[in-house]
Amino acid sequence: MRLRRIVSQTKFETVSVLRNGEQLLLSIIFPLGLLIFLAETPLLAGLDIIDSTADPLNIAVAGALSLSLASSAFTGQAIATAFDRRYGVLRQLATTPLGTNGLILGKLGAVIAVVVIQFALVFAVAVCLGFRGPVDVLGLVLATVFGTACLLSLGLLMAGTLRAEATLAATNLIWVLMAGVGGLVVAHPGEWGTVVSYLPSGALGDVMRSAIGVGGIDIKAIIVLLIWGLVGTLAARRWFRFE
Amino acid sequence: MSSSALTIRGLQYSYGAHRVVDGIDLTANSGAVLGVLGPNGAGKSTTISLAVGTRRPDAGTVEIFGHDPVREHVTTSQLAGVMLQDGGLPMSSKPLQVLRHLASLYRDPLPVDELAGPLGLHDFAGRTMRRLSGGQKQRVALAAALIGRPRLVFLDEPCAGLDPQAREVVHTFIRRLADRGVAVVLTTHDLAEAEDLSDEVVVIDRGRIIAQGAPEELRNASADSRSLSIRLDRPASAQLLSRMNDIAPTSVQGTHIVIEDAPSSAQVAAACSALAEAGLEITEMDMHAQSLAEVFFDLTGRPLR
Repeated sequence: MRLRRIVSQTKFETVSVLRNGEQLLLSIIFPLGLLIFLAETPLLAGLDIIDSTADPLNIAVAGALSLSLASSAFTGQAIATAFDRRYGVLRQLATTPLGTNGLILGKLGAVIAVVVIQFALVFAVAVCLGFRGPVDVLGLVLATVFGTACLLSLGLLMAGTLRAEATLAATNLIWVLMAGVGGLVVAHPGEWGTVVSYLPSGALGDVMRSAIGVGGIDIKAIIVLLIWGLVGTLAARRWFRFE
Repeated sequence: MSSSALTIRGLQYSYGAHRVVDGIDLTANSGAVLGVLGPNGAGKSTTISLAVGTRRPDAGTVEIFGHDPVREHVTTSQLAGVMLQDGGLPMSSKPLQVLRHLASLYRDPLPVDELAGPLGLHDFAGRTMRRLSGGQKQRVALAAALIGRPRLVFLDEPCAGLDPQAREVVHTFIRRLADRGVAVVLTTHDLAEAEDLSDEVVVIDRGRIIAQGAPEELRNASADSRSLSIRLDRPASAQLLSRMNDIAPTSVQGTHIVIEDAPSSAQVAAACSALAEAGLEITEMDMHAQSLAEVFFDLTGRPLR
């Protein structure tokens, strides 16, 4: 019975995301656009991010997968939750048999469902572009699980503590920063690269780039994600407000 | 015979150092409407949040049909429906989608059409919640509170923003709920609505209950709450007014005289005789009782807070 309610909430939230044009743009169109752009243009080699003989598709696929996770688990879910909180949706659902725990699990389920759709689309387009791997499946699963947990906890922390408009502005800005200079899409050289490798975006990018193309597991990056995830979860449990 | 659906004893809750609920005791019975009144910030909405278990009280107990709403949330949420003041419905979804989803969370929900039809939700079923008027959102929120077939329902300002037609529909719904044995806790600022719908009223101010009882009891609680208003065909003379004041305290404004301090039958008879002997015709006579609104202002004061 409890599971049925959580599944129902997961379905409702997933359909809400897929019906929302802005969420689709953020979660599906931008990652796929990034994949095609990086794979089909000489930008990565031109900026010396990869060797001119290397295949940019591997970096593009890892970047698109990381950006997909950041879009759905962080920015998209934070904005949706912040506005649900503002309109009293969280409070209303908390009074139903779903309860607060069921509500959080339903949101987690919806993120997982959207991520599965995103990954399927990214891999489908990548294969069409000529991607043949290698893919370390365990590395990909670990990157997805720890990346989702970490980003979702931080997104919910913002949604549960900031005003809806502030969450909208801040999470969109952070999304741009993560993609542009945060190591989410490409690795950065030098000291800046070292700094971002300790941030959630850089760690997620690193673990994803290891899993795609290189074929391995970046343990250090997974530990970084785990620590950020624990901090985010504990802080969200402490400060998240349903109203 | 009524039975207790909601029992609250010694409820206390503070926001930081500010105590907003300070020892509230109340009972809502099946088949009756309990009106909860009070100025803004009196502690009404917080009391409702504590009653439905979305907040944990600092002290005191809440029972919904004998169950604790915090520890036994799944049980109490099947028994109690809640309509929040600000709607609480997702803005990007359509009304019937929301109701179908909420129905899926309950063990024995009402069919969606059983609420959508009478509340006129089909008229705007194709629009998202964001595009509905305030009154339309209120009707969907009421349906959301009732979809789980509750035996106790909390309605927080259910008629705010409704036009007279929609208000009448909602009032009819509330009366029918009580007739079917549902306990209704109605929070409202509309004192006429509370007087019209409530079997019992509690007035909360500064986190405490300052008055409680049937609307009629509250209106008659003050001995001097009634007065006799008489309109005459022409002004009374000063001599007659002096004689009237000997019978009971009387005020006069032109052809309108008011006998204050709850005059007795004997005093009313004596006043009428005096007017008849003076050759004055009574064109209108009304025994005026204090309204619930007047009682409310007496209890809580008129200045803005």
